[in-house]
Amino acid sequence: MIYREAGQYWLQAVLIPFLIYSMAAIGLNLLTGYAGQLSLGTGGFMAVGGYAAFKLTTAFPWLNIVVVFALAGVIAALVGLVFGVPSLRIKGFYLAVATLAAQFFLIWLFNKVAWFTNYASSGTITAPPRTVAGVMVTGPLATAGARYVAALGLVMLGALVAKNLVRGRIGRSWMAIRDRDIAAEIIGVRPLRTKLLAFGISSFYCGVAGAEYVFLYLGSAETLAFDIGLSFLVLFMVIIGGLGSILGSFLGAAFIVLVPIFLTNVPHMLHLPLPVALQKQIELMVFGGLIIFFLIVEPHGLARLWQIAKEKLRLWPFPH
Amino acid sequence: MTEILYGVFVGPFRDMAGSPAFLVEVLLGGVATGLMYSLVALGFVLIFKASGVFNFAQGVMVLFAALTLVGLMERGVPVAVALVMTMAVMVGLAFLIERVVLRPLVNQEAIILFMATIGLNFFLEGFGEMVWGANVKKLDVGIPDRSFIVAGVQINQLEMSAAATAAVLVAILAVFFQRTRIGRALRAVADDHEAALSIGIPLKTIWLIVWSVAGLVAIVAGIMWGAKSGVQFSLSLVALKALPVLILGGFTSVPGAIVGGLIVGVGEKLGEVYWGPLVGGAIENWFAYVIALVFLLFRPQGLFGERIIERV
Amino acid sequence: MTLRACSIALLAVLVAAGPALAPAPVVAQGKDVFIPLLVYRTGPFAPSGIPIANGFVDYFTLLNERDGGVNGVKITWEECETQYDTKQGVECYERLKGRGAALVNPYSTGITYQLIPKAPVDKVPVFSMGYGMSASSDGRWFPWVFNFPTNYWSQASAVIRYIGTQEGGLEKLKGKKIVHVFHNSPYGKEANPTLEELSRKYQFELTLLPVDTPGQEQKSTWLQVRKLNPDWIFMSGWGVMNQVAVKEAAAIGFKMDHFIGNWWSSSDADVVPAGDGAKGYKGATFHAPGTNFKVHSEIVKHVYDKGKGAGKKEEMGSPLYNRGVVNAMFSAEAIRTAMKGAKGQAPTPEQMRWGFENLNLTEKRLEEIGMKGFTHPIKVTCEDHEGSGPVLIEQWDGKKWNIVSDWIQPMKDVVRPKIETAAVDEAKKLGYSQRDCGKEK
Repeated sequence: MIYREAGQYWLQAVLIPFLIYSMAAIGLNLLTGYAGQLSLGTGGFMAVGGYAAFKLTTAFPWLNIVVVFALAGVIAALVGLVFGVPSLRIKGFYLAVATLAAQFFLIWLFNKVAWFTNYASSGTITAPPRTVAGVMVTGPLATAGARYVAALGLVMLGALVAKNLVRGRIGRSWMAIRDRDIAAEIIGVRPLRTKLLAFGISSFYCGVAGAEYVFLYLGSAETLAFDIGLSFLVLFMVIIGGLGSILGSFLGAAFIVLVPIFLTNVPHMLHLPLPVALQKQIELMVFGGLIIFFLIVEPHGLARLWQIAKEKLRLWPFPH
Repeated sequence: MTEILYGVFVGPFRDMAGSPAFLVEVLLGGVATGLMYSLVALGFVLIFKASGVFNFAQGVMVLFAALTLVGLMERGVPVAVALVMTMAVMVGLAFLIERVVLRPLVNQEAIILFMATIGLNFFLEGFGEMVWGANVKKLDVGIPDRSFIVAGVQINQLEMSAAATAAVLVAILAVFFQRTRIGRALRAVADDHEAALSIGIPLKTIWLIVWSVAGLVAIVAGIMWGAKSGVQFSLSLVALKALPVLILGGFTSVPGAIVGGLIVGVGEKLGEVYWGPLVGGAIENWFAYVIALVFLLFRPQGLFGERIIERV
Repeated sequence: MTLRACSIALLAVLVAAGPALAPAPVVAQGKDVFIPLLVYRTGPFAPSGIPIANGFVDYFTLLNERDGGVNGVKITWEECETQYDTKQGVECYERLKGRGAALVNPYSTGITYQLIPKAPVDKVPVFSMGYGMSASSDGRWFPWVFNFPTNYWSQASAVIRYIGTQEGGLEKLKGKKIVHVFHNSPYGKEANPTLEELSRKYQFELTLLPVDTPGQEQKSTWLQVRKLNPDWIFMSGWGVMNQVAVKEAAAIGFKMDHFIGNWWSSSDADVVPAGDGAKGYKGATFHAPGTNFKVHSEIVKHVYDKGKGAGKKEEMGSPLYNRGVVNAMFSAEAIRTAMKGAKGQAPTPEQMRWGFENLNLTEKRLEEIGMKGFTHPIKVTCEDHEGSGPVLIEQWDGKKWNIVSDWIQPMKDVVRPKIETAAVDEAKKLGYSQRDCGKEK
């Protein structure tokens, strides 16, 4: 009983969000880390995925939920393509304006048009019960374990594909564009195709993550769940974890999800009777301090730190 | 179909012509709001200009400045003294930031410095609230938030004062950059870090100065916004409204922040009041970015940003 | 070790030690009644969250100090900070539910929606007092969710009834201009369908003006209000949006006594920044403001005088503090009702749910607990988890809130059919089926 409860907590409140954020972070890392296009529209693209999955699965209840997630990703990818077009003309920090426009417009749209929520009086979308191979994975009766396994499977697959993508021709053309776009153009990388491909594939990942976010994690959502704060959160993960690293996406997500929960639980563990408000304030300060600390120690992200640790451990305990 | 076309292309203009006094009110409202955005955007510009850092914590600095000022006033410190003390706190904060955050990260990429300011953002959020509490505090700047009517046009005293403040602040900053020794040094650093260093301009001092000035601008922004909504945690979110202004104006230009603010302010008010009702309203947030986006498609470096020269 | 090695070690500890810190759940022992308190004492909504949490905790402390709990069973609780953020709220709930939560007050629309599907699975009744999902008022579809004493739709209809009486009768509403300024979120939009229906019925001219979150900047909204020059404004706001709206309304010289906020838009924090300009501003509520009730003197005597108060004594009596007190009282009375079946023990989850459903708070009982006139008697039934409780209008006089109306009945004939239709939709989404209340009696 005790173990079951504790396990539930870790699955539902920690591991499932960690996996889903990792998925979104991989998506953003492909765009920002590999192709060098800054995006602050992650929340918006995730919302597209979430709402698309909801519309699809309520319109076609017989459709396998994994297929629904994939289709939701495709729809998000199409939307991402549209908002990626200005990247041909606008670069760097300035490009943020296009993705910010996407973020605010999409949230406004889903909030405004009742069709997206099937005219629900509550204005929210809810994950209906769906099964995969006879096991309930979404809806109120799906166990945390089932949802965890589903999220794990999807993110493993996503990471594997992403890893192969960035090692191949596409990944190299992205990096060429990122490092010197004009030079890349001269050696025959077509900027339009390359950039749009980055926007499309990145938004696909974000869309799938958004669908998972509603179906596997939250269970029901309003547009506020996808606000600009989510876009920033995923961007933090990518930078902290390491730009241009798939592993870094996981490490960044772990840092942003796990560290606050760790900090919240410390006073409990030490039996410190601090008022909750003070706890939260200290938590924020320590969290901010840790971000700065890790950047100073290793500006290239946790992925780089991990690599160093691995090398050190390989030699340890005989460093020479 | 014709109805839609009429609603978009004819109706709003007919409304404008039908009630010119109201149109003037909307325009004035846009100008006043736009300048309020500019006040926040200025803080970003100063820091970006001199150090290439996009300071994510600027919004929280606005909050922190206002909280400090009001907190001191609540404890019975006279306004003038409280203001001086707040200025001292902001300069002290700039000193600490330079020492603890920026110096160890010198020569790192812009995105890394950006992330460091995110850490700073979290830290200040927690710290400010721990010291001053989370309640709404009234900030009375001595200017009544009342309106009077001139030729059928309603004018708000507080907003006009805010607009005047912004104008004065920009004038001071312009003089500071153009006429003083430090200002010239700042511009030199902005143009080329290494060249500036090589002729003996100390980067550390420059950073301390810009962060201090940005802190002082944050006080002004905090007072003006705090007078509108009371001083509370949400003040840190005004940064979001300054973002389109900043991008439109071009990150590095003080006049750009002002002109950008005016365009965004007036544009979003006109859009919301005349076109918003067609689609159910609340379009301002994304409309501001669409305005900025349209301008950027013609000038990718922002209105007043430095021209991007690309070489291979 | 170098700094870098240190940081690697630190990172390893931070991440790996997480699972080791799994909260050790204490299995309910039947001795105490445990209540997880999801509070928001920090963040942008803290000005609302602090008084609610304080009122809540003070009332439970009072029960423990004065009566030794409910029927001699102590009430224990643990606060968990959500910052009004859905994800943090869910984390709190998951962490605390294992300790045998008797009930949960989500205190946020987003968190309520998260907990509604979990309630029947975890067997923890959700008590969203006057917020959350209006459709959950139909107890036949949502046995585990309670939102009495009244909901947003009832509130909107009561406010229209109040405006009608002010104008000299509901038929006088014809041709009047009423504006609804609302937070552009599912919460803010709750009242819209009811208002639209009433505007057709009573033929007043309704204009809906959304304000995007957070709502610091509302110039265009108030320009539109000025152009329309409405007779009345009703507002469903939240957080900083309230403060700015009250200030803007005062600045354009709108008659403040024709401006009514809903019960999340009318607390001290909402009127303070506007100063004198806010005088006359009205709000809807389902309990009285102020401290001149017996329960308050009891709280002072048994809680504050013993140094156990959650907040400051002077801050008692604000509308949201009193909301916390009322919320705690309803919870305690539901626990007491549940104990009828539990023979003085801490109730089981099913008994707890039964306790909520059979809560019958009479005038006499209110007097016993020192709350006569503080809130209205309420009877919850299997069909009706809302109770269609009446609404009061309060008004800010520059220093405090005063009640300026009698209890106003909501228009049940309009609201209830809408609730029943909505309940079917919302419940179908979750795959629920309707239960037969006739059988449960």
